[in-house]
Amino acid sequence: MIQIHGLNFTYPGGTFHLQIPNFQVQRGEKLAVIGPSGSGKTTLLNLVSGIVTPELGEIEAAGTTVSALSDAERRDFRIRNIGFVFQDFELLDYLNVLDNILHPYRISRALRLDSGVRERAALLAGQMDIGDKLKRRTDDLSQGEKQRVAICRALLPGPRLLLADEATGNLDPRNKGRILDLLFDAVDAHGATLLAVTHDHELLPRFDRVVDFADFQQTAAA
Amino acid sequence: MIDSLYIAWRYVSYNWVRSLTLVACITLIAVLPLSLELLLDESERQLLSRAESTPLVVGAKGSSLDLVMSSLYFGKTLPELISMADAERVIKTGLAQPLPLYVRFKARGAPVVGATLDYFDFRGLHIAQGRNLALLGECVLGARVAENFGLNPGDALLSSPESLFDLAGVYPLKMQVVGILEPAHSADDLAVFVDLKTAWIIQGLVHGHEELVNVTDPTLVMDRSNGNVTATAKLTHYTQITPENIDSFHFHGDPADYPITAVIALPYDDKSSAILRGRFVAGEQPRQIEVPGEVIEGLLANIFRIKSVLDAVILVVGLATVLALVLVFALSLRLRQREIQTIFKLGCSRLTIARFLGAEIVIILAASALLTLLLLGVVERYDEPLVRTLFIR
Repeated sequence: MIQIHGLNFTYPGGTFHLQIPNFQVQRGEKLAVIGPSGSGKTTLLNLVSGIVTPELGEIEAAGTTVSALSDAERRDFRIRNIGFVFQDFELLDYLNVLDNILHPYRISRALRLDSGVRERAALLAGQMDIGDKLKRRTDDLSQGEKQRVAICRALLPGPRLLLADEATGNLDPRNKGRILDLLFDAVDAHGATLLAVTHDHELLPRFDRVVDFADFQQTAAA
Repeated sequence: MIDSLYIAWRYVSYNWVRSLTLVACITLIAVLPLSLELLLDESERQLLSRAESTPLVVGAKGSSLDLVMSSLYFGKTLPELISMADAERVIKTGLAQPLPLYVRFKARGAPVVGATLDYFDFRGLHIAQGRNLALLGECVLGARVAENFGLNPGDALLSSPESLFDLAGVYPLKMQVVGILEPAHSADDLAVFVDLKTAWIIQGLVHGHEELVNVTDPTLVMDRSNGNVTATAKLTHYTQITPENIDSFHFHGDPADYPITAVIALPYDDKSSAILRGRFVAGEQPRQIEVPGEVIEGLLANIFRIKSVLDAVILVVGLATVLALVLVFALSLRLRQREIQTIFKLGCSRLTIARFLGAEIVIILAASALLTLLLLGVVERYDEPLVRTLFIR
């Protein structure tokens, strides 16, 4: 599902340099990425999703060589193939739950919003136990419910790759386990692959594989 | 585009206090100069059309503006009084027809205009309901006064005392409404017209009371000598003129000395106008003769000078408002940086993000434009009374 070869990446200004000689994730795999802060975990997610591009090397994700795409193609690739779940949920407080879930369809022409999508959104919300809260503002939801909305938003377009950046970082221990269960169930149900950045070592045994980013070579410039 | 508008609308309505503040700022800055322009145009129209149709006005020396405003627009400022002798003087010149006016009293806030029937012909005023003035104590109402007061022919209207504290003053006169004028879209719509004699009755110069010769109550008579009877203050004057008491109304003194506020002079031709003006300039009487058109043009010139200053002030305030709006949008953009970053990560192009922000500005501007049009519509609908309230008092 993901293949990285000979990757060399430097942020503009040269403040951070990341080298990944070889990195692979199998289809359907649930992979945890750990490592100290500033080790490049989030940068990996940005590279895989095409938000940033490497100077050298090749990134292939969901059968597409992401590093060879143009800006517009990378955006289309991202919205069609990648679902993002963020630590702070990143929901829009001025939209209700349903509109938040449908948001990817409103921000890109690559996806088409129709009644079928709305039905699927409602179904997905029901599966995540927030089916009765579709018209509610996200301000009124608990942290766990907010993360479920974010997961619904990530899953609705049917992504082949789910990228979770500290998705359980802001949750209490009970919610952490439940959200991870939901994520895993959703990944299995949708036949997707999960690449999850986490600091939470308690959750690691539940993943198929754990990659420690300390193994890769990073250079933080002074 | 519909999605952009939908999301923008959600944002605008969620942050409604901010949005309303922005709309109010933009609306105010647009409405102020535009409505001022509307009102000034209307005031120019009202003032000039009436002034240009009034050839000359004779009045006591003093403020020519007060004289013209009182004679043409029945303004609140009472000019120095002249007398009926001045109207006679105009007649005697053989150069113009005089229309004496006595604009001093009020009835429920509306000016009571004492005039002759010639005034109605001169202004082209026609009766819409009822009939014209015929007897003492009758009044004809301007269209707007009748509408505002809800009066019809057959109803009564009380004159207002000049001062609430004048306890020894004349009692208000209960006037009989006999006619309503057709709308003239001028100051005449807001006036109560009475005959000059009725105006003098309101002042107490002409009055009616019980025949003193037949009075038997000794407390009503102060003195009887040589056929003259002097009444005491206990003798009450009639406050309403009826068929039964109308014959008891009488003048005291010489009617030529009776007060009026102005005489509208209608010269027979341009030459007569010039000669008449010359005679009043050269005369010994403390009188002035004014061409209302010239006086009003002078007033308008001042108004437009003030307006140009006001325009400059509004322009500066407008510019400051626009800068403030730019700042608000820029700060809003900064506050939403994280949101923008998130939707960019999800796959939104920068162009689409710009479209969302543009849609917000469009919604704010459209709401402001709509409100501005609405307010301008209201101003346009009520520009006539507004002009009278704000500019012509």
